[in-house]
Amino acid sequence: MTDQATQTAQSKHLKKRYRAEKRFKFFGLAAICSAAGILLVLLGGLTQMSIPAFTHHYVTLDIAIPETTIPADQVTDPAAMRKVNWRGMVRKTLRNEFPEVTDRRGKRAIGNLLSGGAGDALRDKVLNDPTIIGSTVAVALPLSDDVDLLLKGLIDRSLPEDNRVISDRELTFIDHLEAAGRIDRRIAWFLFTSGDSREAEMAGLRSAAVGTLLTMLVTLLFSFPLGVMAAIYLEEIAPKNRLTDLIEVNINNLAAVPSIVFGLLGLAVFINFFHLPRSAPLVGGMVLALMTLPTIIIATRAALAAVPPSIREAALGVGASPIQVIFHHVLPLAMPGILTGTIIGLAQAAGETAPLLMIGMMAFIVDTPMWIDDKATVLPAQIYMWANNPERAFQAKTAAGIICLMVFLLLMNALAIYLRKKYEKRW
Amino acid sequence: MKRDGDMTLSTPKIKSSGIIVEYDDKRALHGIDLDIYPNEVTALIGPSGCGKSTFLRCINRMNDVIDNCKVSGRLMIDDTDVYDPEIDVVELRARVGMVFQKPNPFPKSIYDNVAYGPRIHGLTENKDDMDRIVKKSLKRAGLWDEVSERLDDKALGLSGGQQQRLCIARAIAVNPDILLMDEPCSALDPIATSIIEELINELRERFTIVIVTHSMQQAARVSQKTGYFHLGNIIEYGETNDIFTRPKNEQTEAYISGRIG
Ligand SMILES: Nc1ncnc2c1ncn2[C@@H]1O[C@H](COP(=O)(O)OP(=O)(O)OP(=O)(O)O)[C@@H](O)[C@H]1O
Ligand SMILES: [Mg+2]
Repeated sequence: MTDQATQTAQSKHLKKRYRAEKRFKFFGLAAICSAAGILLVLLGGLTQMSIPAFTHHYVTLDIAIPETTIPADQVTDPAAMRKVNWRGMVRKTLRNEFPEVTDRRGKRAIGNLLSGGAGDALRDKVLNDPTIIGSTVAVALPLSDDVDLLLKGLIDRSLPEDNRVISDRELTFIDHLEAAGRIDRRIAWFLFTSGDSREAEMAGLRSAAVGTLLTMLVTLLFSFPLGVMAAIYLEEIAPKNRLTDLIEVNINNLAAVPSIVFGLLGLAVFINFFHLPRSAPLVGGMVLALMTLPTIIIATRAALAAVPPSIREAALGVGASPIQVIFHHVLPLAMPGILTGTIIGLAQAAGETAPLLMIGMMAFIVDTPMWIDDKATVLPAQIYMWANNPERAFQAKTAAGIICLMVFLLLMNALAIYLRKKYEKRW
Repeated sequence: MKRDGDMTLSTPKIKSSGIIVEYDDKRALHGIDLDIYPNEVTALIGPSGCGKSTFLRCINRMNDVIDNCKVSGRLMIDDTDVYDPEIDVVELRARVGMVFQKPNPFPKSIYDNVAYGPRIHGLTENKDDMDRIVKKSLKRAGLWDEVSERLDDKALGLSGGQQQRLCIARAIAVNPDILLMDEPCSALDPIATSIIEELINELRERFTIVIVTHSMQQAARVSQKTGYFHLGNIIEYGETNDIFTRPKNEQTEAYISGRIG
């Protein structure tokens, strides 16, 4: 009787446990699915928004380049090239397509179908191949951002003319060109090959991407050796006393300091006190290095502490000095962990805007920075500036910039994994 | 050096007098007086936590790396005072090899494990010399035949017993005078154990060996002298034969006969 009672109680208990386990599994799965779902929606939305930015519409015109434009041996001279009115040449050629238009407003409207960068397209073509001077060549010229949006179907033709950025007359010009098969859609390489621009259609990520690379280089060069050395000293060499305890607590707190504070510090110390150049990757990288240091120190200490003490004892036992123990055994074993921590810290820094705002790296930069003391901006700052731009074409650019930043971070992580795997193989 | 079982004929290799070890404020050793003689195996036995490992680690100053550990007293190896602040600890540890309770090869190749010690002490001029030392050490440790074909393989791919013999090879590669072994067979099966015991017997010709063990049989088999530790004191020390056949102290007898005191 009692036996049976305990048995039913037991089986009830068992069932309850199974149910609890099932419930737990279900909740875990649901959590993962919803997280993945949100991520997918976000990525999907971004990708969809960014797609228009990766292509652009071009009109192909046969342009006559007279001998008098520029002597062929002077094409490499920037000053001489700048004197040529490339813009006028392309506009005139396009106007010639519409001989019936004679009024000034009509002529100007035709010229405005072209992007402000259309002249540069011709200039680059001549620069690439000076032999074309004196002949007539077909050149693909970028159209203005509004025309491009219209052709991509992002501007509604059926709107009343007053509410449309493209007038009815301009529509007839565009339709004419399209009917003549002059217009085609191409990959917008300038998104990667040119710097920022006031012209929405010509703006690219190149200067910001190079700025980010240079800034990360500085960050790495400052934070990696400093962080690893500090961590080695604290973990392996320093005596355990009040002072080192205090330092440790402060390092941990430093990791939680809002990043803009580092920017203020950089402004006050690096720029105002040491007079380092403003808006430069040098200062930006140093500020981000300060921000990354705690991450690297904490990760390195954890990696060092995770090396089994038996390895240290073994090395000491055969007569290795403490420094030899660290550099021959402990550090190589901790390296994968250190690298992971460093790259996570760098990836964090690469996505940071606030501290760079303070030192003037949120700037309109057209030219690609060549070195760490040139004026530069970084990808997230570029994205922020584009997002603030009212022109419609910048919406897609912003999304494209975000995608590029994410690809950049993804590549960094891939590098981290590759390095880690490679290091682990050696052991 | 003559060895005929008579303690008084040879001078002690290691002379410990009044060694006291404290972890924080807790005493682990209460003044150990012990003379260890050259070319003999000295076994240290006693219940868990009585301070055998602590004493062993005093001999090569391995306790230095433990922050809260304080050692006082006097410990001489030949004519050098081990705790003289002037002494070079690295050199001392090269003279006093140690094999740990748990096999702890470096996560490197078999060759590099053995070569590491000679390399950092600059014992060789060239690769041939190094090859010779590695081969000799592995042969002495009885591992050569098993690994000669795969010296570049990872040491962690060896079995537990092979790893322990590799650790012994690593320790003897730097050519120490003294070999300290802390329960070298505790993780091994009887076959691996007997291989290592044979090895200890051979190594005795060249080294002074101090071995900590929990196995009475092992102590009886391999050692010439035995010391019995209890709660941080050395209770009895003498010829292994005497200790195991007619212990003078009750506690020793109780421990040896299995009634752990
Ligand atoms: N790092 C340490 N910190 C504090 N106390 C320690 C430390 N190492 C050892 N002790 C203490 O010192 C005493 C002796 O330890 P020891 O390791 O020498 O014992 P043992 O005889 O080797 O024991 P076993 O046979 O279990 O290995 C023990 O009471 C132990 O708790
Ligand atoms: Mg022990």
